[in-house]
Amino acid sequence: MSDFNPTILAFCCNWCSYAGADLAGVSRLQMPPNVHVVRVMCSASVKGEYILKAISQGVDGVLVLGCHIGDCHYMTGNHRTAKRIPVVQKLLKDVGFDERRVRLDWVSAAEGEKFQRVITEFVEEIKGLGPNPVREVMS
Amino acid sequence: MARIGVFICHCGHNIASAVAVEEVVKFARTLPDVVYSDHNLYSCSEEGLGSIKKSIEENKLDRVVVAACTPRTHEPLFRRLCEQAGINKYLFEFVNIREHCSWIHAKEPNAATEKAKKLVAMGVSKAALLEPQVESESGVIPTAVVIGGGLAGLTAAASLVAQDIDTHLIEMEGKLGGQLNDISILAPNFEKSADLLNKLVSELKKSERGHIHLGAKLVDVKGFVGNFEITVEEEGVQNKIPAGAIILATGTQEHQPEGEYGFRKAPGVVTQLEFERALQRGEVPKRVVFIQCVGSRQPGREYCSRICCNTSLKNALRVVEAGGTAAIIHRDIMSYGAAWEELYRQASERGVAFFRYSLEDKPRISAENKHILVEVFDDNLGEGVTLHTDLVVLATPLVSRDDSGDVSRMLKVPRDKNGFYLEAHVKLRPIEFATDGVFICGSARWPSSAREVMCQALAAAAKAAIPIKRGKVVTEAITAWSDPDKCAGCGNCVIACPYEAIEIVDQDGRKIAKVNETQCKGCGNCVAACPNDAMQQRGFTTRQLSAMIDALVKRALEESS
Repeated sequence: MSDFNPTILAFCCNWCSYAGADLAGVSRLQMPPNVHVVRVMCSASVKGEYILKAISQGVDGVLVLGCHIGDCHYMTGNHRTAKRIPVVQKLLKDVGFDERRVRLDWVSAAEGEKFQRVITEFVEEIKGLGPNPVREVMS
Repeated sequence: MARIGVFICHCGHNIASAVAVEEVVKFARTLPDVVYSDHNLYSCSEEGLGSIKKSIEENKLDRVVVAACTPRTHEPLFRRLCEQAGINKYLFEFVNIREHCSWIHAKEPNAATEKAKKLVAMGVSKAALLEPQVESESGVIPTAVVIGGGLAGLTAAASLVAQDIDTHLIEMEGKLGGQLNDISILAPNFEKSADLLNKLVSELKKSERGHIHLGAKLVDVKGFVGNFEITVEEEGVQNKIPAGAIILATGTQEHQPEGEYGFRKAPGVVTQLEFERALQRGEVPKRVVFIQCVGSRQPGREYCSRICCNTSLKNALRVVEAGGTAAIIHRDIMSYGAAWEELYRQASERGVAFFRYSLEDKPRISAENKHILVEVFDDNLGEGVTLHTDLVVLATPLVSRDDSGDVSRMLKVPRDKNGFYLEAHVKLRPIEFATDGVFICGSARWPSSAREVMCQALAAAAKAAIPIKRGKVVTEAITAWSDPDKCAGCGNCVIACPYEAIEIVDQDGRKIAKVNETQCKGCGNCVAACPNDAMQQRGFTTRQLSAMIDALVKRALEESS
């Protein structure tokens, strides 16, 4: 599937990872155009349902990016994210999706380069996994 | 049906060089609820703002979407514009097609244009579901509390009382001044620190607005901006101080380099602060060697403590001044700023010797009769050098205080990985916390020189005075609320809330969650914790975010078919 052009959703927290994404932009760091950022105030406000909804409707991959552990602007929010995402991954796996379609990572406001790396790697990984199997059912 | 207007910004060439702006405008017109779409060369310019305002009025728009740069800098501007045009400012949605699109896909104009369309479709779908919001207001107790009576806290408190604000200064030690008491001279101007200290203390004491608490332990902090309650223990008695704003100025401590360079084992090896105390007693050795970066800029503690090079330059000059000799063994001299650079130049001219070592080959110390021998491989000379000295001063970094974790939990403010307090934004909000009404200054935030500490303290005092002088606080309407019809009163949200802003209350005979909106900081942690979809965050409702996902899916399917 060399012409596979994945559609990817990324939830970024306002304080760290969204700012990190902004920094990547300001620094003109180039990366694949497959990722669409949704700004949320804290990674821990991302309901598992959003991720399940996106994957079940054919989105090829979902990224959840937050502040590094210890740097959360709401003190402990990202601890909750760190617990929640593995549960979502397991749920997806149990119903037959590859859990690698969902990834949690930490990007600080100072880590434009890390944002670029995470995006680039994730797009490569999703390309390797191929299209979300749900897509065939839908089209 | 909403009447949405979509405005796509060229940002000169910044967006337009990668994104086909006019194509995105045409696409936006095909989206549900969009009744108007246009483009601007610079949306944020006077001309751009004027044209958007005119379009809002002419087309009776009730929702506005601007696709341009980042909401982190420009959202307030466009929200204000909406207000001026008679639309509630929360009926505005920002789409980022510069930082998140044109700048990072500069060489792929087709893909960038398609992505911009998806982002706009997502923004429009959210905008259709936005609701007008009313920001809540509450009163402010006209009193400030400053925690920490060192240079930062004293400067802040003196500035607050000068602004005629009742100020309580909480100091855990028996006297004011903190580390300033150990330092006799402040560089780069070589002023006497005692003069500065006396001036600040007398300003505070002579004002009837100043209330000094010595030997006072911080026990608890409750409340929110405008309405804090700080519990302090003095002589075994707990007192509660009501306050509208809090300034955190707890300072820092010097790293104790146990086991390094014979510290505490060999005589004649001291830390910089111990050397400062010796200088204060008038003890100036004939020969002094300073070793920089002891315990910093190395694995385990990577940061540069910023003040140590300058302090060693100052003290080396004092040794030379007293007729002695001094050498500074460093890894890089960081004498940032014009005044400090001048100090470095003076030190070089007056015979202070500089040697440069590398992390892989640290200097070695041994004792010989009454001398200390310091052997160093100088990177610049490319050969080993042996120095005879009377005293070795280890320039160790300032580290976060041992009690900073306790204070951070009490005030609900974050710390970085090194334990220093983390400001809301390093450039845009450097002396504020994300928690409203709590401000930070001095070396508790990051190692700072006396001058920097005072600048920060004055800034913090100015910021803290704003809510107090204004007499009211406005909370951004991104707070959470709970739908009483859906809430089962399980209390998951209560546990998830980092700010104790939610409580379970009785309503019509059943238990439901209730959010205190002044205390809510809008993190949305409760939303994801709610199993019943009862908890919602304004501006980030589950319907709004779901609509964005739907819009992305829809556009992706259209594109692939």
